[in-house]
Amino acid sequence: MMSRPEFTPNEMMTIAASRALKNDDVCFVGIGAPSAACNIARLMHAPDITLIYESGTIGTAPDVLPLSIGDGELCDTALTTVPVPEMFRYWLQGGRITIGFLGAAQIDKYGNINTTVIGDYDCPKTRLPGGGGAPEIATSSQEVYITLAQSKRGMVEKIDFYTSFGHGDGGDHRQKLGIDTKGPTLLITDLAIWKPDPVTKEFTVVSLHPGVTRDQVQETCGWSVKFADGVEETPPPTDLELATLRDLKARTEAAHKGA
Amino acid sequence: MARFVPLSQAVAENLGNGDSVAFEGFTHLIPTAAAHESIRQGFRDLTLIRMTPDVVYDQMIGMGLARKLVFSYAGNPGVGLLRRLRDAVENGFPHKLEIEEHSHAAMANAYEAGAAGLPCAVFRGYRGAELARVNPNIKFIECPFTGESLAAVPALRPDVVFIHAQKADRKGNVLVEGIVGIQKEAVLAAKRAVVSVEEVVDDFSDLHPNLTILPHWTVADIAVVPGGAHPSYTHAITRVTTPNI
Repeated sequence: MMSRPEFTPNEMMTIAASRALKNDDVCFVGIGAPSAACNIARLMHAPDITLIYESGTIGTAPDVLPLSIGDGELCDTALTTVPVPEMFRYWLQGGRITIGFLGAAQIDKYGNINTTVIGDYDCPKTRLPGGGGAPEIATSSQEVYITLAQSKRGMVEKIDFYTSFGHGDGGDHRQKLGIDTKGPTLLITDLAIWKPDPVTKEFTVVSLHPGVTRDQVQETCGWSVKFADGVEETPPPTDLELATLRDLKARTEAAHKGA
Repeated sequence: MARFVPLSQAVAENLGNGDSVAFEGFTHLIPTAAAHESIRQGFRDLTLIRMTPDVVYDQMIGMGLARKLVFSYAGNPGVGLLRRLRDAVENGFPHKLEIEEHSHAAMANAYEAGAAGLPCAVFRGYRGAELARVNPNIKFIECPFTGESLAAVPALRPDVVFIHAQKADRKGNVLVEGIVGIQKEAVLAAKRAVVSVEEVVDDFSDLHPNLTILPHWTVADIAVVPGGAHPSYTHAITRVTTPNI
C-alpha cells in the first residue's frame, strides 16, 4: 500500500529545488540549502550535472555534503580543480555557468539579495559575512535560482544593502545596466515555488507545497504577496526522494561528527 | 633563494608593524601557525588581506593587530560569523577597524594583477552591486574596443604573504596540491613570501610536471611546521577539524 510520506517543510524545499535542475546544467553551487538541493538532483534525475564550487572544484560529486566550499571531499571527487582566479574568470565570467544557485540572508520581491549588513553599511546593526562570489554569480550566470526558508526578517519590502543584483526595481532594470543574463528566474522556499512576473519581474507564487495555505505564505513574507492565476500544488516528495535526502543528511552528519 | 628557518624567525624577519600582509588559504591550507606566531610577536597596525578571513583573522583582530581589513567574505566558511570582527565593526572593539570590502571575483583578479605586475585588474563585475557605492577602490572603465563598462580595482601588492603547503624540496621549491586557491597568485604578488610546509623531501623528480610548484627563488623563507594549517587541513596529509573551532 502506498501511503503519503511524512516530510518537513525544509525537506520539501530541498526536493522542490532539486527538481528544477537538469542533467545538462552547469551549476555554480552556494553553500547550505543550495548545496543539498544540487546534490539531491545529482543523486536522483541528473547524474551528469556539473556541480562547481567557488573553491575551484569542477564536476564534483561529494558523498557527503561539504561544511564549506573548500572541503577536501569536493576536490577528491572533482573532475578537476582549478585556481580561484581561473574559476571566476574563465568559468563564471566566461559565461559557462547555466545556473547560479544562491541562498540569502535577506531578499526582496525582485530577487535582490543582501548578505552584507543589517542596518547602515558604515554603522551596521549586524555585520553579515558579505558577498563572496555572489555579486558576480548573480550577474554572470545565465540564470539564478534562489532558495531560502520564509520569514519576515528574510523576505522584506526593502533590503538594507544590494549585495547581489536581481531585477533591481523590476521591469528592464537589468538591461538598463547592461546586464544581459536572465537573473533570478526561480525562488524556492519551504512553502512555495515563485517565478518572476514576465513584465514587472516581481516574484509571484506559482505553486504551493502540499498543505500550505496562501495565508501562511503571506504571514511569513514582508511584502504583499502576489499569486499567479491558477496556482498549482507542488507534487509531494516521493519515497525515493525522501530516502535519498535523508541518507545524504545522515551520511553528512556521521562524517562531520567524526572529523 | 629560499632560506630554511624556524617559523618564529621567518615571521620576525619578514613582517613589520604597519605592513600589509596576507595569510592566504581558501578554506584549505590556511597558514594558521604563521598567523598565531604573528600574534605571539605582537605586531600592530597591520593591513590584513584575505579573501576569506576566518577564525585566525578573528583572533588577530581581537588581539588588536589590525588597523585595516581587506576581504571578500568574512565568514568562517560553513561554521559561522566572526565574533571579534563583528565586535570591531559594530562596536569599535578593541579599536576601530577600517574595512575595504570586495567580491571574490574582484580580489582574485586583484591578486592576479599583482602577480602580473599590472597596476589594476579589469573584469566584468560589480554590476548593480552596492559595494561599488561604499568602496572608493571600485571604479568602472570603458573598454577601448567595445565600449563595454567594466569594473576595475587596484592590484593587490602585499608587503608579505604567508601560505602553508604540503612540501618543499631541499632547494626550497614548493609543492601545493588539492584546492590550490589563490596562493600562487598571492605569493607572486607579494614583496616577500613565507611558506610553512609539512615536510621537506629530497627532490620533486617523481611529480607530475604540471603540479603547482613555486620555484625556490619566488620564496623568501620556508619553515617546517607539520600540522601548520590546523584546524584547517592539508590535502592528502591532515584532515579538517572544524568542530574544534
